[in-house]
Amino acid sequence: MKRFFFLLSPMFVVAGTLAAQDTTRAEQGVRVGVDYRPGVRPGLVVLPGPGLDSVRAIIQRDLDYSDRFEMITVGDAPRETTTGAGAAPGGPVNYELYKGLGAEFAVELSQAAGGVTARLHDVTAGKLRNQQTAPLSSGPDFRLEAHRLADEVTRWASGTSGAAASRMLFVSRGRVYRADSDGHDLVPVTPAGQTALSPAWSPDGQRIAYTQLGEGRGGIVVQALSSGATFLAPGSQTALNITPAFSPDGRTLAFAHSDERGTDIFTANVTERCCAQRLTVGRFADNLSPTFSPDGRRIAFISTRAGPPQLYVMAADGTDQELLAPFDFGATGSSNAPEWSADGASVVFHREVSRSPQIFLVDVSGRRVRQLTSSGRNEDPTWAPDGRHVAFVSDRSGRRQIWIVDIETGRVRQLASPDAARLPSWSRRLGRATIVPNP
Amino acid sequence: MRAPTLLMLLAAAAFTGACGGRSAPEEPAPEPTPVEQPLPAPADDSADRERMERERMAREASERSRAVAADLAAMINFDYDQATVRAADQATLDRKAAVLNANPNVKLRISGHADERGSDEYNLALANRRAAAAKRYLENKGVDGSRLDVIAYGEERPLNPGSDETAFAQNRRDEFEVTSGGDNLTAPQ
Repeated sequence: MKRFFFLLSPMFVVAGTLAAQDTTRAEQGVRVGVDYRPGVRPGLVVLPGPGLDSVRAIIQRDLDYSDRFEMITVGDAPRETTTGAGAAPGGPVNYELYKGLGAEFAVELSQAAGGVTARLHDVTAGKLRNQQTAPLSSGPDFRLEAHRLADEVTRWASGTSGAAASRMLFVSRGRVYRADSDGHDLVPVTPAGQTALSPAWSPDGQRIAYTQLGEGRGGIVVQALSSGATFLAPGSQTALNITPAFSPDGRTLAFAHSDERGTDIFTANVTERCCAQRLTVGRFADNLSPTFSPDGRRIAFISTRAGPPQLYVMAADGTDQELLAPFDFGATGSSNAPEWSADGASVVFHREVSRSPQIFLVDVSGRRVRQLTSSGRNEDPTWAPDGRHVAFVSDRSGRRQIWIVDIETGRVRQLASPDAARLPSWSRRLGRATIVPNP
Repeated sequence: MRAPTLLMLLAAAAFTGACGGRSAPEEPAPEPTPVEQPLPAPADDSADRERMERERMAREASERSRAVAADLAAMINFDYDQATVRAADQATLDRKAAVLNANPNVKLRISGHADERGSDEYNLALANRRAAAAKRYLENKGVDGSRLDVIAYGEERPLNPGSDETAFAQNRRDEFEVTSGGDNLTAPQ
């Protein structure tokens, strides 16, 4: 079953509340598709709160996009309470009514001194489970604060935090854009009229790095989001430099440097702006697309040392290079664009199947490869900070757009973007201290 | 489409430069005519023949120059996801090497390109490898590497904007652009 809701907001179009996974077609020795376990998601209803329509809309959508809940929608009328319609906020919630609608949880929102209070009611047990007041003002941090509150509600109800309080970078027409995880608040972060590629977040969300292409060459630009100040990463000032990635401590940037000797991975210290160091020696083979393990001790990367590009791993100092994702020479398609998950357990990448890229996972300890998509061309995956969502570029709707799959349920949705979009990069969770206001 | 246009302009510039400055080696020597002076043949006839001869030589020099410039600018193509110079393109590169060796002031910029399939980022590395492969081939034919600049555009500048195999095959290429010394090209011996 496939339903599509088109919300008529001018900023975005969101497609698909639920879609069973792409297919379950088998590919040689590779498990295709994801486990879909219908019926295990608890029902959740977000009650209308007086004067809180916009907050409720954000939180309700975030909880839906968390893919942990079966969302139950009720109208915008004042919520039903045991004492009848229009009871004072904070009054008792009519548990029997929402239990009858299939809800296990009810989220109550009310205005409080200095912000908004969210209360999570366990409808089945008939009691209040958690509550928290967030400093929701009308300032530039309003949406991130609402996302953060939604992530807390997700944690209370499911045990793991959501990924709503995070942002996405992607490239459209040569420009890097930034958007909230729900596609709203889209802003360009690089100048018009240039060609930027491969944006990457610093772990603290304060800086980004990207390739600035010009006349067949390009440096790696490191840019502070708050001030817009930029500098070129050491070692990337000459020839062509691509695919930057920050180390987990934010001090080191790994990237690929291309010149007539081939393409090799280098690291540089971007705190002290020094100390470019070469990690691979390709001898006319290509080594590119580095991605750090979350402990910073290993780097997964792409290499053409055996012919077509495939996924390898090495220690962060360049030693102990070995194959990470097994492949059959001559049969397995090219693999590219790896990104290590925040929990360290797996690396997501794309691999060509019948000359069409598809999203794959390899689990780092067992080296088992699993295919996540099979409909259309799907490439350039990036992990959400919750470790269960992956954003990627797909042409399944026509032109290339960013889509998000929940690898636990297989639900797929589209991230809004005004134009063709590519090369997404998902931030970590953005803490209160690291909020960068929109310009 | 910007790159091909630019390339054609540069090629055209190379031709006109070559035509305008064809003085050095092929210039007809003006002195041999006085030997036959006593003959009663009409003077204007001999001047005519002389003029036609000069024009013929100029035409030939211009054609040679154009052919030399075309040899320098000729693209080479690659197989899918490959950066190996194909056997069919070796002759193309051999002609470039001969021209470069006959014109030691000429510098070339080699730009690598990929078709739109495959990762955007990998295509930059692949295109770089294609440009580097041509440079290495020319170096092995005696051309000093400092005269050969390597850049890579990846899939950003397709020659053919189509999305079929014909377009892809045309887009997997190296382009060669004379960046200096393109005037007064000498044809190789």
